[in-house]
Amino acid sequence: MTIGAYLAVSAIVFALGVAGVIAKRNPLVVLLCLELMLNGANLALIAFSRMWGNGDGQIFALVVMAIAACEVAIGLGLIVAIYRRQLPIDVDRLKELKG
Amino acid sequence: MSTFVFVLAAIGAVGGATAVVALRDPFYSVLALVVHLLSLAVLFLLLRAELVAAVQVVVYAGAVMVLYVFVVAYVGDGEETLRERFSSSLSQPALRGLGAAVGVALLTELLIALLGAGLKMVEGEGAPYHPGPRTFGTPAFIGKLLLTRFLIPFEVASFLLLVAAVGAVLLAGRERERTVEEAERARELAGVGR
Repeated sequence: MTIGAYLAVSAIVFALGVAGVIAKRNPLVVLLCLELMLNGANLALIAFSRMWGNGDGQIFALVVMAIAACEVAIGLGLIVAIYRRQLPIDVDRLKELKG
Repeated sequence: MSTFVFVLAAIGAVGGATAVVALRDPFYSVLALVVHLLSLAVLFLLLRAELVAAVQVVVYAGAVMVLYVFVVAYVGDGEETLRERFSSSLSQPALRGLGAAVGVALLTELLIALLGAGLKMVEGEGAPYHPGPRTFGTPAFIGKLLLTRFLIPFEVASFLLLVAAVGAVLLAGRERERTVEEAERARELAGVGR
């Protein structure tokens, strides 16, 4: 398949992630949609890496995965902390982070 | 053959992503994301990124998603129900419409930018590829790059992971008793929508 086909898939996945981040209220699902956006970017990076035939894009994709893991750890930690304090799990009603 | 595998994996990736956004229950969203990640790993393999595909399956679809499953099971499904809440700035259908509109606009723009540019290399299959033990995308190739040209990003990423792990433990660790003031504010926040 041509590189363009992979890029089209990555654009679709990224746009779906953006739509989800805007439309969803549950912070867990917002995090999942953020993962979608990161994965769309990853696919584009790896497609470009294949296009040029050097490994830079793949290294970049691995770093993005590490960042995604950090984001998941912190995000889920925040959600658990919110749950422990019996605050509503809803991004519209959580307007401040002050503990 | 590779076209067939590409079409299957692309359908899996896009379908999984759609399901993540469309499903109501966060638990099913997590499962859909696993399907999406596995399909992406197949696409990575087709792009000759063997190590990244393996990392995607083992670390992402394995470890990270287990974390999600545990937290969803712990927290419950939140309140992503049909119930309308008029207190919020935008109602649920309006939010959905806004999300869909922004998504479609962004997709159009991205497709124009990526495919409409008419770059010759985007139409091609990529650089020439010769299979071998140390060729493009193998663990040996990536490992060498990581420890030579990209040593600093590698070290910075490892330090960042350490900071994130400590931060997550601090955030989610056992809390002290709630003060009266905090309890009151929690009640206030919970009562806003009712």
